[in-house]
Formats: sequence, structure tokens, C-alpha cells
Amino acid sequence: MAETMTKTAEEKEKLEWFGPKERKLITDPLNDDNPVTVQILGVCSALAVTTMLKPALIMAIAVTLVTGFSNLVISLMRNGIPKQIRMIVQLVVIAFLVTIVEQVLKAYSYPVWKQLSVFIGLIITNCIVMGRLEAYAMANPPWRSFLDGLGNGAGYGIILLLVAAIREFFGRGALMGYKILGATDEFLLNTSKHWWLSWYQPNGLMVIPASAIFLVGIFIWIQRARNPKLVDVS
Amino acid sequence: MYSNRYITIYTLIMTLVVSVVLAFTVTGLKPFHDEAEAIYKKRDILSAIESQLPKKLKDMSDEEVLSLFDSKVEQVVINAEGESLQGIKAEKVDMASEEKKPEVDRKYPLYIYQGEQGKIYLTSVRGNGLWDKIWAYVAIKEDLNTIVGAAFGHVGETPGLGAEIKDNPGFPKEFEGKQILNDQGDYVSVKVVKGGVKDPLHEVDGISGATITSVGVSEMMVRGLEVYLPYLQAQKK
Repeated sequence: MAETMTKTAEEKEKLEWFGPKERKLITDPLNDDNPVTVQILGVCSALAVTTMLKPALIMAIAVTLVTGFSNLVISLMRNGIPKQIRMIVQLVVIAFLVTIVEQVLKAYSYPVWKQLSVFIGLIITNCIVMGRLEAYAMANPPWRSFLDGLGNGAGYGIILLLVAAIREFFGRGALMGYKILGATDEFLLNTSKHWWLSWYQPNGLMVIPASAIFLVGIFIWIQRARNPKLVDVS
Repeated sequence: MYSNRYITIYTLIMTLVVSVVLAFTVTGLKPFHDEAEAIYKKRDILSAIESQLPKKLKDMSDEEVLSLFDSKVEQVVINAEGESLQGIKAEKVDMASEEKKPEVDRKYPLYIYQGEQGKIYLTSVRGNGLWDKIWAYVAIKEDLNTIVGAAFGHVGETPGLGAEIKDNPGFPKEFEGKQILNDQGDYVSVKVVKGGVKDPLHEVDGISGATITSVGVSEMMVRGLEVYLPYLQAQKK
């Protein structure tokens, strides 16, 4: 009796497209369950592609697409996947999607592909993708898995963009390639011409990958200090 | 547990589907890749003579780059003896694969830009940086001696140090106005030196913290430009 009741309850939930549970799948990874700052996944690429905003943005979109669709595909296949080879099947699906993303990017945005090519390939090994497949998509229905994938991709993307914005602005005095603050006339604000800005120097540390680990660390610190749910977790 | 038979069939079907779809995607997108690559390369080449162009490269659309390249740039391929080869376009020569051939068989691409101030010879040089290959397009003026511009590229030099050859516009700028021949007309090329330029016509200041990349650039400038010398000398007469 009880079993059938829970089953029907589950079935009813499934029909919802954007119920509170579905919304939580998207919003949770943005803060409380962020893949980078809480689950500490995908940090490696967060160091590598965040020197400038534009590649970080492309990377964020690419990872979100890959996590979303690989979750969807695996969730659709989940009842047929032989347990013995499930990891390999997951990898094939991820690699397949990443290759498609890479090929499309190469065709339509060649300079960005040139800059990102190594890291796009490395999405395959991005822990977030496989982590979500194992933890969520293997046991949940397709639509929810898709949302979970998108949410986690977006949670990763937000951190990527924050780190990239800080690094590009303080390291190069620019945002999205628009030069804002610097010592030559190419910049919007020429620091050498305004006495009140003449002390300004771009921070060379921000250009090298080490700065990203400091920034991610600071984000984790701020988040833990402000979010009561994360106190004493881990 | 699934039977071995099920697993085998499952794997076969899965790999078949994936490989067929991927093969179609790659072949379908191939023309777009080639076009994008060609435009990227042409922008790269033209960036060495950006100051001579009618318009800044980043303000030019892809079509403008292509039409400028078609109308103003003559493509020549020379062999190791400095003779120009017929029936091949410079843009089809891939320096990376030429490098693997023995020196006598190598082909070298040369682009001749017809600017308002006469011809500019765009040479292509390649060498070793600290971690991987580095390369450059060096533009030489009609006097076949003075460099008017250079554009550098690299595979994996350290960001902030060696990678500055490409990222810092100040570095290629230093090459402008340098001469590859000395007063006697002998070939000396341009060298990157540490700590102060003594010979302002043939030396540029290196990048602090990037000694090995700087040495690589010197080496590349000496060896790379040398192969073009016979051809350039022949143009003089």
C-alpha cells in the first residue's frame, strides 16, 4: 500500500516541468551546492581558462551544454546501460558531445577555438561532468537530469566568470577585451595622464594561474562565512 | 547482471552510432574549418604590417581581409637555393611540416605586399622557444634590409614571460626599423639581447624573465631570415 502511494506521488512529481524541486535543481548548484566552491570539482580548468572573460564565457557555455546534454542522454539510456561498463558508456557519451562542441566552435569561432582547443578537449575529464552522471543522471528521470546538468554547468560557469572578470580587470586593465584602465592611450582611462591614478599598476600576479587558486579560495571563504548551511560541512 | 552477449552488442551499436554521427559532423563542417583557418592565417600574416595597412586589422571584416589579401599580396614559394617555385601558393606551405624535411628539400613561403610605399617582403620564420615552437612573420622593406614590422606566435610559452613576444605589442614594435645587413652589406640579422642595447640597428631589448625564449627568437631571426637572403639579393639586381 505504502509503496504504491509513494510511487504515484513520484509519478505526479514527474509531470511537473518547473515545480519547486526542478527549480531547486538549477538554483542549488549556483550557491549551496556549487560544484567549484562546495564540491571542489573542476578547479583545474578554472585556473587555466580564466585569464580573460571571453574564453571563460565560452568555456562556461560549453561545459553547461555538455553537462546538460550528457545528463539527459545518460538518463535516457540509464535502464539499458550494463552496469559492468557504465563508466565507459558515460565516457563515450561525454567524449561524443565534447567533440561536437569542439567541431562547431572550430567552424564558427576559430580564434576562440585556437585559444581554448586544449581545454575544450579536457572537458571530457572535467570531474563535474562525470560526477553528475554518476551521482544524478544514473538514477533520475531525463528532464530532471537535464536541469541538474544545466544547473551544475551554470554553477561552474558563474565561478569561472567571476574569477575571469577579476583577473582580466586587475591583470590587464580590461573587460571582455575592452581596455579600460592602463598606461597607454589605447585604454579608456589613461592612468599616466591623470595624477590621481598615476599610482596604478596592473597586477602581474593576476595573469598567472596561481592567482585563480587564491581567488577561488577567497570565494570559498566568503561563501562559507555568509552561508549558514555550509558551516561545519566537510 | 547483464549477459556478455548483451554487453557486446550494446557496445557495438553504441560505438557504431557515435562514430557515424561524428564522421558526418566532421566532414560536414570541414569547409567551414578550412575557411576559418585560412582567414585566421591571413590576419596573422597581415598583422606584421598592420601599420602599413589602410585600416586596422580588428576593424576589418573577414571579407575585407580576404579581398585585401587577394588584391595586394603576391604569393611566392622559394626553395632552399632561393629560387622561386612555380605552381604552388605560399599559403599552402605549412612551416611545421616543412621543418621535418631535410634542409635541401624545404620550401619557404614568401608574401609580397604591394603597399603605397613600395613592396614589402613578408618572410616566415620558425624556431624553438622554451617549451615549444615559436614563429614569426617578419616584414622587410623594399630596400631589402630594413624591417618594417613583425608578428610573433608561439605554442606554449609561459604567460607573462615568454608569451609576451605575442601578448605584448611592445615587443614586435621593437623590431621596426632594425636592419638585417650591416654597413658592409653582410648579413647579421637582428638579435635579442639582455640588459641594454648597444647596437641599435641590429639589437632589440629582451624580455626580463624570458631568457630562453629571447635566445630562441635571436636564433630564429638569424637562421630563418638567412634562407630568404639569396632570393632577396636576386630582387635587387
